[in-house]
Amino acid sequence: MPAIEILGLEKTYSVGFWRKRPKRALLPLHLKVEKGEVFGFLGPNGAGKSTTLKLLMGLVFPTSGSAKILDMDLDDPRMKARIGFLPEQPYFYDYLTGQELLNYYAQLSGVPGKERSHRVATMLERVGLKDAANVQLRKFSKGMLQRVGIAQAILHNPEVVFLDEPMSGLDPMGRREVRELMEQLKHEGKTVFFSTHILSDAEALCDRVAVINKGELRGVGAISELTSTVQGKIEIVWRGTAIPAALKNMNAEFFVSGDSVRAILPEQQQEAALETLQRERLHLISLTPLSTSLEEYYLQKVQQASANATQTAAGGRA
Amino acid sequence: MSARIAYIASNTFREAVRDRVLYNLIAFALLMSGAAILVGQVSFGIERLVVVNLGLSAVSLFGIVIAIFIGIGLVSKEIEKRTLYTVLSRPVQRWEFIVGKFFGLAGTLAVNTFLMAIGVFAALLYVSRQFHGTDGWIAVALYFSILQFLMMTALALFFSSFASPLMAAVFAFALFVIGNFSEDLRGFAAMTHGLQRWLATGAAYLLPNFSALNIITSVAHEQPVSSSLIFYNTIYALVYTAMVMAAGVLIFQRRNLK
Amino acid sequence: MTRTKLVTISAGFILVACMCASILLLNRVDQLRPQATLEEVLYLPSPKVLRRMSLGYDGLLADIYWTRAVQYFGGHHAVGAMHFQLLAPLLNIATQLDPHLVVAYDFGANFLSPPPPNGAGQPQEAVRLTNFGIENNPNEWLLYYNLGFIYYMELKNYAGAADAFSRGSQIPGAHPFMRILAAQMAEHAGEIETARMLWTATYQNSKDKNIRANAAAHLRALRVDDDVAHLETLVDEFRERTGRIPSSFAELQIPGLNGGTPVDPLGNPYKLTPYGHIEVQHPDDFPFIVNGAPPGYIPPKVPKFLPSD
Ligand SMILES: Nc1ncnc2c1ncn2[C@@H]1O[C@H](COP(=O)(O)OP(=O)(O)OP(=O)(O)O)[C@@H](O)[C@H]1O
Ligand SMILES: [Mg+2]
Repeated sequence: MPAIEILGLEKTYSVGFWRKRPKRALLPLHLKVEKGEVFGFLGPNGAGKSTTLKLLMGLVFPTSGSAKILDMDLDDPRMKARIGFLPEQPYFYDYLTGQELLNYYAQLSGVPGKERSHRVATMLERVGLKDAANVQLRKFSKGMLQRVGIAQAILHNPEVVFLDEPMSGLDPMGRREVRELMEQLKHEGKTVFFSTHILSDAEALCDRVAVINKGELRGVGAISELTSTVQGKIEIVWRGTAIPAALKNMNAEFFVSGDSVRAILPEQQQEAALETLQRERLHLISLTPLSTSLEEYYLQKVQQASANATQTAAGGRA
Repeated sequence: MSARIAYIASNTFREAVRDRVLYNLIAFALLMSGAAILVGQVSFGIERLVVVNLGLSAVSLFGIVIAIFIGIGLVSKEIEKRTLYTVLSRPVQRWEFIVGKFFGLAGTLAVNTFLMAIGVFAALLYVSRQFHGTDGWIAVALYFSILQFLMMTALALFFSSFASPLMAAVFAFALFVIGNFSEDLRGFAAMTHGLQRWLATGAAYLLPNFSALNIITSVAHEQPVSSSLIFYNTIYALVYTAMVMAAGVLIFQRRNLK
Repeated sequence: MTRTKLVTISAGFILVACMCASILLLNRVDQLRPQATLEEVLYLPSPKVLRRMSLGYDGLLADIYWTRAVQYFGGHHAVGAMHFQLLAPLLNIATQLDPHLVVAYDFGANFLSPPPPNGAGQPQEAVRLTNFGIENNPNEWLLYYNLGFIYYMELKNYAGAADAFSRGSQIPGAHPFMRILAAQMAEHAGEIETARMLWTATYQNSKDKNIRANAAAHLRALRVDDDVAHLETLVDEFRERTGRIPSSFAELQIPGLNGGTPVDPLGNPYKLTPYGHIEVQHPDDFPFIVNGAPPGYIPPKVPKFLPSD
């Protein structure tokens, strides 16, 4: 049973006051996210990421299609008790203090009364808002609001967590804290579905990512696969212009530029190549495993013509 | 289910209190004490009449204004500020949210009216030195006011579930005024003929009937209120409120949030 | 999405059920306090205070009280009520809020003065209201006419009637018969003719449906009274001539009918009884008739007005 199963969700808004024009925010989307996965949802501004999340949360209704979370319908309160959601640029009741807000949300999520205050206190601590527990939210900074937002999303110990741009508005420290927090969630076996523009975050955290643009799913894949498309190649750079004969036999490519040589060769020959360089007393500058970065994948998918994308969209990891 | 409605209601109450809604009581207290002292001084033999008329009218007016102006914001403000996102993504159904909001504001109004009622009776005691048996009817009039507030709150919530706050306020206020003349309207409708009569009668019966709930004048003249009127008015107000709430739920149920 | 559907169905059901229940309850509440709203008028403070309380919407409030007066009278009249004690206060408030509401004075003059069940039986109130109307609308000749009418019909005060008609006749645009009426009052002549003229004037000059229907019924009654008196004279003459009662109208040789049967104002033939009396076929259609009803006829409590008027 997948944690999230999206079956052709589609959303067309009608915009304009007098003459309504249809605005296709999301084309039919098929996607499956397994339990325990950290899934990154990538795409440029206006791609339809938030729209997808709002559809899943039942905040807006799909033009067609359906979805299941934990094998339950989107309007099932039992399912809602087992998920958490952080909207983008979250805004909360600003007349409440951090503690009151979390307490209220804990009540709504059905956290038993005895556990509530303890849970709220630890959660405030966990997102670094212990000192602001009794401050009204109208006095919170943007980053503090984002932290409360994350706290409320995981407060009730949900199995699936949906985060819409969890890093936005955070300082570098906060960003790292959230990253660690998401890693903890992963360790606890939670499913995390988050949207982001920050590819390094996605690369570091995700098991799989999907790339979406203009409402269309352009590609889905596991990070490990995406980043090893040039599998088994390494790049070695050394000083000088000499190319030892032993290396020449190694099925490698060489590029000489100025006073350094760059060689690209199969990974299996790394040991042999290093030995050779040492033997020849050549000065090694660097050794890097070669891989296409997620960034390249992302840019390629976003820019690719939209027509052929619909086929890959149906895929996912079945 | 009921627990979540109660949580939402109490949070709504807390919001109203922190937004200083109850400050209206200061204005009310000033009005009542001013009036009491003034008529006490002049003494025309109509002190009681003035205090009761003024007090009950002020209670009604303050309550209606609060019901409309807080009521129209209850849902639309949460949609506008997107505070609703983190509520509806929890095991809270949309109808529970609406109903909880309703009870929150209704509770606020009940507390507010209770405090004002104390003011009215205090002013009455000040001008007439003692209570009479007929003063009990004043409590009935206050109770009828609360019933009106319930209906108005439901109407404001209903309008705010699809119209902009300004339009919702206009609609709600218009219905309040028209509702006070609903008996006349039903009379009018009965004077028309044919299809028109059906349409007019239907419309007249759907309007809130505030005429029967407004007994300020007769109470001020120490007229008794029959217990069957109290009974039927109560049931009517509750049924009407439920009807409007159901309509509000039907609309909100299928609404796309911003 | 079955859960959503369930909520939709439940809410829809509650909506419909409550709608029906609220209508029934509303009926019940209306029965409990049939004229509570109208009775408010008895507690109203002075019109000055009321006008101030209406925050400048006194015209609208006047209209509301005026329609309340019409509904109150119409509703009570339709069930044959004998008391209309709220009519005068309702009209007073309406006209004090808007002193130029001529239609309210007209209504008051026509329905405050006649004895119940056709009116409130308060001619003095009617005179007071009409005088207040004349004070505020000295150029409305209809008000003088109404005043004269009340004096003549209900109070039998011919001097007062003459004065009212003659004052009204001097107003530019007044109907020419005002002058004639003033003269007739002075002579105190031709009662039926005067009555006919008065009712005709009312019928032609009033804008109110009820007033016109009332006037039309009176005019028809006057014609029936006239016809019956005339026919019975012919029957008497016939009996003196022949010593027997005519068996049919043909025998009477009524001039102008060529041996036909005379008909009443609604086109139905009159009946000639074996005792030589003339009767209308449907006495219920002619409230206010003096002659022409069968012996022992009890008129319905509520006079029947014909919708065609
Ligand atoms: N309520 C709405 N009415 C009309 N159009 C909308 C509405 N909400 C979103 N859209 C449109 O749908 C498209 C997708 O918007 P969405 O918010 O899902 O983008 P996003 O991927 O979250 O972008 P960002 O990274 O900027 O948050 C946009 O073109 C947007 O203009
Ligand atoms: Mg977004």
